Amino acid sequence: MSGAAPNLRSATAGFDVERVRADFPALHQMVHEKPLVYLDSAATSQKPQAVIDAVTKFYRADNANVHRGVHALSERATAAYEGARVKVQHFLGAAKAKEVVFVKGTTDGINLVAHSFVRPRLKQGDEILITAMEHHSNIVPWQLLCEEKDAKLKVAPITDAGELVVGELEALLGPRTRLLALSHVSNALGTINPVRRIVELAHRRGVPVLIDGAQAAPHLPIDVQAIDCDFYTFSAHKAFGPTGIGALYGKEKWLEQMPPYQGGGDMILSVTFEKTIFNALPYKFEAGTPNIEGAIGLGAAIEYVESLGPPEPRVAFERELLAYGTRVLNQIPGLRLIGTAVDKAGVLSFTLADVHPHDVGTILDGEGIAVRTGHHCAQPVMQRFGVDATVRASLAFYNTREELDRLGRALEKVREIFR
Amino acid sequence: MNSDLRDLYQEVVLDHSRKPRNFGKLEGADRTAQGFNPLCGDRVTVYLKLRDEAIDEIRFEGSGCAISKASASLMTGALKGKRLGEAEELFRRFHHLVTQGPNDADEPESLGKLMALSGVWEFPARVKCATLAWHTLKSALSEGGATVTTEDPATV
Repeated sequence: MSGAAPNLRSATAGFDVERVRADFPALHQMVHEKPLVYLDSAATSQKPQAVIDAVTKFYRADNANVHRGVHALSERATAAYEGARVKVQHFLGAAKAKEVVFVKGTTDGINLVAHSFVRPRLKQGDEILITAMEHHSNIVPWQLLCEEKDAKLKVAPITDAGELVVGELEALLGPRTRLLALSHVSNALGTINPVRRIVELAHRRGVPVLIDGAQAAPHLPIDVQAIDCDFYTFSAHKAFGPTGIGALYGKEKWLEQMPPYQGGGDMILSVTFEKTIFNALPYKFEAGTPNIEGAIGLGAAIEYVESLGPPEPRVAFERELLAYGTRVLNQIPGLRLIGTAVDKAGVLSFTLADVHPHDVGTILDGEGIAVRTGHHCAQPVMQRFGVDATVRASLAFYNTREELDRLGRALEKVREIFR
Repeated sequence: MNSDLRDLYQEVVLDHSRKPRNFGKLEGADRTAQGFNPLCGDRVTVYLKLRDEAIDEIRFEGSGCAISKASASLMTGALKGKRLGEAEELFRRFHHLVTQGPNDADEPESLGKLMALSGVWEFPARVKCATLAWHTLKSALSEGGATVTTEDPATV
């Protein structure tokens, strides 16, 4: 360890976790008379003051509907909303702002692609390919669609470490595969998938790819053009922004071809009772008054993360923190880490002897430590590892080694109670 | 450990979760029902043999947290031999205990060992763990024996 330390220091130089923590007001509170240790960022992240201020400022000063009025407030609201779209475009590395559709979140983004892209192309006997590490939101929409169209849902397997078996995934990409849908980072295991390589394999067989970026957006720099995926979607609330908003990136050529997802205001150019002419991208997919405060909050979250400087020191800091947490947990007798991929981000999922995760969670809460317990909306992953549930401690760049030490000590208490 | 946690994980609770009583399938049961907590994956099956409007035999199986296992185990102990009307009354009192907390002077007498779960009400997120087996019992006693889920708004 001591040999690696100088390298780590230089890799994380320029990232000051204490300064970052000061930006997140919710982190600084007592829970059950102990300082809060928030290790549930994979469920939802805390929000920096800059995001809270941006949403408040919108309501205090600029509140109006977008794309409607000619008055000053409406113009300011529209500029803020469309400004947020451009921030998301740069955040994702998209070529054009019109390739960014605001959605409710990752689930909504996936459902939009299922409804408007895959559904019209899917015929009886066709296949949709997913992986064994998906969240329910990247399973159920495809199951519903396959049921409706009498198509088949295929599942690429994972190893005992929680890594995709890329060779088997490749073998499952067949002539009837209409879409490959997979997560960039697994929510239950933390595995980072080699999405660039996988997209290349899929495209070689003419299969378009949707990436669920919900757990990648808070941890990794994203470049949809380099990945070359056809669709990429994420939720703001896991990436330091508000709930109820997210974005779907789609290649322009696909979005142009796709029918609308929902009908309503804002998505039309003209309406008569005989015919409706749909609006241009991306408004065709944004029916009704959008989540304006959410988009502005998301834009502020992206701006905040950018204000922390280039991503490399932050990513190195998180990687080092995850390695430290892994060492802490591995010292606890009876603890089994679920998800031990070489390339991981943000997630420490585990079981502790035969103590049920809910009991672990309650005792940790008594120590002021917030974790998620349960199946993490990934029941097939739990089945794959032969457990009903796990405890998941998930990290963000505002967590510290001291907090992971407290987690370790609290787990020793759990062992004492259940000895 | 703070006092609330000590109240929740009383020795009786830990003992029943480690060594659940009346655990396993009841052959020849004339009533059964299943209960699920979809949020945490807890599941329980309750088996009953009835005689003359009373619970002649009761067993359960399933998996879950310490609270749900101990509650199911304590429930089977408390209900063996009880008349159906008495069982219903016990559920009413137990439900009050784990949702509102102890407040009745005669509770220790009427609830007996079930008082081991008197700390649950301080942990609202865990109330459903304690009541799952009881709701499942109730379903087994009603003719349909429908599967119970904790996410039904009627099930608290």
